[in-house]
Amino acid sequence: MSGERKLAIICSKGSLDMAYPGLILANAARMMGIEADLFFTFWGMDIITKDKVDHLKVTPVGNPAMHMPQFVGGLPGMTDMATAMMKRELEKLDIPPVREFLQMVHDAGCGIYACKMAAEMMHLKREDLVDEVDDIIGAMEFLEKAEGAQLLFI
Amino acid sequence: MATKELNVSLDAEGFLTDPNQWTPEIAEAMAEEEGIAPLTERHWKVINWVREEAARTGEFPSLRAISKRSGVDTKELYELFPKGPARKIARCAGYPKPKGCI
Repeated sequence: MSGERKLAIICSKGSLDMAYPGLILANAARMMGIEADLFFTFWGMDIITKDKVDHLKVTPVGNPAMHMPQFVGGLPGMTDMATAMMKRELEKLDIPPVREFLQMVHDAGCGIYACKMAAEMMHLKREDLVDEVDDIIGAMEFLEKAEGAQLLFI
Repeated sequence: MATKELNVSLDAEGFLTDPNQWTPEIAEAMAEEEGIAPLTERHWKVINWVREEAARTGEFPSLRAISKRSGVDTKELYELFPKGPARKIARCAGYPKPKGCI
């Protein structure tokens, strides 16, 4: 279809609601035959960290789209409730949990890269990251890979 | 045979507009145009499952559903229908372009 088109997505946030846009777009790109790479950095590292990936949360505090007073969002249990609700709605739409989604986009041919600096800062080694991570690379190497790609920062 | 000679109605992008018009010959013609002909037994496993599922639910299944339940996994789907499996599977199975995100 679009032979030369290419997408590179930087995922810099580690909340559940910010994990999905990058995964969905990368997967959609692959479904259309567009090349796609995901580059995880800073808080986005949580998405590809083995002991964090299944525990990403969506937090009502500081999120005006939750349409509730800030102090209510800060009450005990509210984050877990919002997270459970979001996971339920995603499942209804046939959207997989993050761990399965990473495997799916990787099987679909999407490159998955971790940021070297963020990994060092958070003391994360290769074995701390999910198996789908292709490599831990620096910003310059990422930019080389992303040459000619449409770039998205999430 | 090109799909245009099959005497069926196609949309601007070459998708069959009415799945009921589908025949196995149409799948072969679509596969030819998509550069994946001849269709193998593995292609047919996907096409047949998709058609049954779509007929049963009234909706074209997501690629995730296909990979989980047709017996052909994601990796193989991308090998069988390279560079845009969603489009290629829908064309071969005689369905309009899928609108889902997944």
